[in-house]
Amino acid sequence: MEVSSNNKISGIFIVAALVLLGVGMLFGVIGGVQYMIPGFLKDSFSFEKARPLHVSAILFWIILAASGALFTYLPKHTGKKIWSPLLQKIQLGLLLFTVLAIFISYFMGWFGGREYWEFPPILSLPITLAWILFIINFVKSLGGFSKQPVYVWMWMTGLLFFLFTYLESNLWLIPYFRSNIINDMTIQWKSYGSMVGAWNMLIYGSSIYLLDKIGGTNYGRSGMAFGMYFLGMYNLMFNWGHHIYTLPTYGWLKQISYFVSMTELFILGRIIYEWKKTLSVANRLGNHETYRFILAADSWIFLNLVLAILMSVPGINVYTHGTHITVAHAMGTTIGINSFLLLAFAHDIFSGDQYSYHYHPKGFNLGFWLANVSLLAFWLSLILSGILKAKWQMTPDAERIPFGEMMIKMKPLFVVFGVSGMVLMMGLLILVVNLVRNSKRV
Amino acid sequence: MRPIIKTIIITTGVSLFLIYSGYLYSHLPRGEKPLNTLADQGKMNWQKYNCGACHQVYGLGGYLGPDLTNTYSKKGADFITALLKGGTPVMPNFHLDDSTIHTLVSYLKDIDATGKSDPRTYTINSDGSIQQ
Ligand code: HEC
Ligand code: HEM
Repeated sequence: MEVSSNNKISGIFIVAALVLLGVGMLFGVIGGVQYMIPGFLKDSFSFEKARPLHVSAILFWIILAASGALFTYLPKHTGKKIWSPLLQKIQLGLLLFTVLAIFISYFMGWFGGREYWEFPPILSLPITLAWILFIINFVKSLGGFSKQPVYVWMWMTGLLFFLFTYLESNLWLIPYFRSNIINDMTIQWKSYGSMVGAWNMLIYGSSIYLLDKIGGTNYGRSGMAFGMYFLGMYNLMFNWGHHIYTLPTYGWLKQISYFVSMTELFILGRIIYEWKKTLSVANRLGNHETYRFILAADSWIFLNLVLAILMSVPGINVYTHGTHITVAHAMGTTIGINSFLLLAFAHDIFSGDQYSYHYHPKGFNLGFWLANVSLLAFWLSLILSGILKAKWQMTPDAERIPFGEMMIKMKPLFVVFGVSGMVLMMGLLILVVNLVRNSKRV
Repeated sequence: MRPIIKTIIITTGVSLFLIYSGYLYSHLPRGEKPLNTLADQGKMNWQKYNCGACHQVYGLGGYLGPDLTNTYSKKGADFITALLKGGTPVMPNFHLDDSTIHTLVSYLKDIDATGKSDPRTYTINSDGSIQQ
């Protein structure tokens, strides 16, 4: 069922998200230069500003683009319009207002929160409110839950778990939770670990919807799809302990996470098994930009899942923890999987019949390949620096050089990291600019 | 897949998750600890100046600077105080007053007393799990 009266606000979510992606990458590049040139902008715009600006802008790119995609695909699935465009507008307004306030506070050096959400905690209120409006609008637009395909379940799971984990990540405001660092970090990483699972549910849900739509298939109703969804949901709820294997917290908590994380091997096996099928669909569809990005994300899922499963073995995690291998994992997944899928959605949405889509295949190819090739160099340079740092961490004190010297020795790798990061930004910017130019409605 | 099976799997999962969460909230790993006011102010200052953007605690944080979990016992309060007063080639001088620095040192002391983040202190079992 196609609804052509697809609303305008959904597109604005995506455009705003794309702008944040561009801005976020720019701050990432500044952070990258600070790795290459120690002390760069130390007194005016140091790493404690560049990093949160980068990460928060990127988080809001993911959240806004995932919301925009959901708002576009939901009415196509139900055949009805979004229940309340007004709530949608308020949600967007609240989020954009908050992003602006967050940027200003970081620029001024007003922090107060913690990793990924370093802004003064009061700004959590509009984010929470916006999310509650989102849930209400989703449930009302959907109508009912019976006989829904898997992607509707995934969207709902993502929406509810994001709310839960976001509130949970603010529990530190109560002294009971923060008076001991082990207690505090256990709850902090419980919430962060599941939160990533929550936005993955939103994004993977939309990608299943999209694949069914372009392939004309009905995978979203199959038993296999539900099986994979349940596996993903149990991972979201119970695998987060792999972030804190080296924290002296409950041992059983780590055992549970170790066991649950290893079930991802099934997902890995299935990807390898299904690869041929994906490729044959790709051949049928030719070269559409959307499909190119889905295919690229497929390869990145494979690479990142291998890395993630290895890192989830505690005996390996002891070495990789606290090194840039963690950053390789974090950026590898948020760029190669999340961002690439979201870019696939953006290309799909803006090539829809409400938009005047004039695409330049040459520009697309250039951006697409620059991004993919540089991401590989970027990812590998982080893994290699991680391996060197892991070796340094294991060296006996008597033979160990100071931290600062170790960082200088790794400089060649940081140069690869920084330069490939710049190329990655340029590649993605070509696509971002093209998409924004194509977002005019007819 | 039959709807009833889906409902059972989801309800079981969500119930287990809520029980698990509730259990952890009420049985925090280190039990209910009284708030050490000085260290708590240090924690707030740690967040206020975003030290965590460059430093890790138990291996988690940003990676431009070193892990500080056990710096207190390794280098001592005087060293930390002096370093914070001057900054380093990478770490800015935050122009902190003495009482702020004092709270930050108390915080690092508090963290140090909870365990070791050094990967060399772990032994790896044959099933891949670890022990400290
Ligand atoms: C811009 C990044 C950055 C920020 C922000 C930062 N530091 Fe540092 N810090 C470093 C680096 C890098 C070193 C290692 C010395 C060097 O190479 O310059 C260091 C060293 C230290 C050390 C000594 C560690 C050792 O074992 O020798 C302490 C203690 C410390 N920082 C505390 C803090 C505190 C407290 C804050 C917040 C008020 C803070 N740092 C903020 C980058 C930073
Ligand atoms: C789509 C693009 C990007 C996404 C989604 C992204 C995402 C992220 C995320 C999630 C983190 C947090 C990592 C962690 O906590 O372990 C991070 C950190 C970082 N990113 Fe990116 N990033 C992107 C592009 C870039 C680019 C182009 C650069 C340029 C070099 C860059 C440089 C950095 C740096 C320096 C850090 C901090 C690493 C540290 O803590 O020491 N990023 N990024």
